[in-house]
Amino acid sequence: MDINKKEKEKEKEKDNKQYFFDNPKNTKWVMNIFYACCVLVVVLDFVINRHVYHSWENLPAFYPIYGFIGCVVLVVIARWMRTFLMRSEDYYDDENSLEKATDENAHQGANNQTENKKIGDHNVDA
Amino acid sequence: MWMLELPPFTLFFIGGLIAAMTSGKLRGAIMVAIPVISAMHLWTVPEGIHLQLTFLDYELVPYRADKLSLMFGYVFHIAAFISIIYSLHVKDTVQQVAAMLYAGSALGAVFAGDLLTLFVFWELLAFTSVFLIWARRTSRAYHAGMRYLIIQVLSGVILLVGALFYASETGSLSFEYIGLDSIAGWLIFIAFGIKCAFPFAHTWLTDAYPEATPTGTVLLSAFTTKVAVYALARAYPGTELLVYIGAAMTCFPIFFAVIENDLRRVLAYSLINQVGFMVVGIGIGTALAINGAIAHAFNDVIFKGLLFMSMGAVLHMTGRINGSDLGGLYKTMPKTTILCIVGAASISAFPLFSGFVSKSMVMSAALENGFDWIWLMLLFASAGVFHHAGIKIPYFAFFAHDSGLRASDPPRNMLFAMFIAASLCVAIGIYPAALYSLLPYDTGYNPYDATHVLAQTQLLLFSALAFVWLNLRNMYPPELRSTNLDVDWIYRRAIPNVLAKVFAVIWQADGAMRNAVRGKLSQCQSFIASKHKGLGGLLSGSYPSGNMVLWVAVLLASYLFLGFIG
Repeated sequence: MDINKKEKEKEKEKDNKQYFFDNPKNTKWVMNIFYACCVLVVVLDFVINRHVYHSWENLPAFYPIYGFIGCVVLVVIARWMRTFLMRSEDYYDDENSLEKATDENAHQGANNQTENKKIGDHNVDA
Repeated sequence: MWMLELPPFTLFFIGGLIAAMTSGKLRGAIMVAIPVISAMHLWTVPEGIHLQLTFLDYELVPYRADKLSLMFGYVFHIAAFISIIYSLHVKDTVQQVAAMLYAGSALGAVFAGDLLTLFVFWELLAFTSVFLIWARRTSRAYHAGMRYLIIQVLSGVILLVGALFYASETGSLSFEYIGLDSIAGWLIFIAFGIKCAFPFAHTWLTDAYPEATPTGTVLLSAFTTKVAVYALARAYPGTELLVYIGAAMTCFPIFFAVIENDLRRVLAYSLINQVGFMVVGIGIGTALAINGAIAHAFNDVIFKGLLFMSMGAVLHMTGRINGSDLGGLYKTMPKTTILCIVGAASISAFPLFSGFVSKSMVMSAALENGFDWIWLMLLFASAGVFHHAGIKIPYFAFFAHDSGLRASDPPRNMLFAMFIAASLCVAIGIYPAALYSLLPYDTGYNPYDATHVLAQTQLLLFSALAFVWLNLRNMYPPELRSTNLDVDWIYRRAIPNVLAKVFAVIWQADGAMRNAVRGKLSQCQSFIASKHKGLGGLLSGSYPSGNMVLWVAVLLASYLFLGFIG
């Protein structure tokens, strides 16, 4: 019994152990370093004399802007794609009963989408 | 010397046989030894034709080595070695044997000097690898494996038809530059394209790879598509069409990857994206571009293998692979986390990691040859790949919200395999000259000038900034349990549905027609019967009792007659 108790206590300790990102200070610290790097590379853009292969590269901060906008556009389009591509997880699972699958699953997919959104938002923390 | 004439695949095939008959530590030792011995041998093989024979009227060259095939030969050995170590703990004979035969088939294909030999190994690749999918032993895996096998075999059949056309057009089967000038050229191009996961033919990959076993996917990601890249590099360098196909391949999968929940499927999409860079390089066709394509294939085998290994480790330890179920694993799997981040940095082409030294060659070649819009697409794809493979994979698996899972780091052999791959990623990134010296052309390319490094760092950091910003504003698509439709919907849902509906109509019409005909027939029958009613003929429906009496009399008479004779 004693051994079991000790093990349980150990497990509890494990659960309660503070990991690096459990402390918001650490997260903030990492993010600040990251922001500083971002600023640094943009400043370097004006300091370092680059050879330019293409006229677009002459635009000030072409790469940062392109990378940022590209990714935002990517995510916005991908989100929009979900509205018509997303189905329930087991959409293909009963491949033998094809006839009922089309309409029912489409509805299910739509329902799940709204349900999941609620859950999903919890799942994501910045 | 006889060893010289021994094509590299033979050792692997023999290894497969031995693996089938042994078990435990002995099997492990033999399986690890074979790629090492074979690689040491391959290192000494000079360029040239090492085996030649005549079959019917054709010269067959089952073993031809040049810089292009040797390059792929080396990386396939590395991949086989790493994935065998990674799967040492597996006690499944089917998987172990399939792994050896599959690696052997890939080697056979890249050293094939004629189209017939290529076809044989092309089909062997499909038949040996499908067992790595089926070894998962789920109904999903079984069906996905079936679809995979059908598409792969189809690609092989098209290749064979193309090869026959080619033989009749040119009178030779030798596997050299083919080009798109003839029917044969197009057929072979399509066969290569299917295996290379061209858009619309890519779904076998995203369908089957995530359904394979944790160790099987690592092998799958290394060989099949890279054999196709090799084949394209040999037969279609400088085909402009490939530039556009490749650019499409780099861009469209990233959208799917962003919304996909199964993290190994995310990697499958990013595999297509990376192959797209190689295809663009082959399409441009200059020395720098071809070098870039091959170097990128070399690096991709290693870093994509590393990423699949880290996700395989997560799946192995937690039994889950959906982004919506994972998170917070860095707490108890710190080594896997770091190794995964090395893989993520490599695929995103961070300076000092392997992806950077090869991807930038393709990008520079695109600019130099005036493919401005393609260059912009590649740049977008570079940012996108960082977004989904570089950030999304490590973030949702190891960080994000805490899923409460407390899995420990995987077995030591898995960690060691990942460590080898990660070391190679960093080593190639820091000292690319070693990789460049193996490439077919000497271009004197240097990836580490200030322009490149700064531009790439800016691009990547601001992609990351976009991720952070979107996440803070809650605009980033959350991981949801879902299936996303892709082109495979056409053959998994639309065509079966249409067929089901068409057949339902056909059966209905058929049933109605049969009923009508049957009704008419019985009407005819009763009409005829009524016409013959009471006549006692063959066609009447009932017989008069007089007939019966007559026949009884006949019977009795014959008895009497027989009685007299007896």
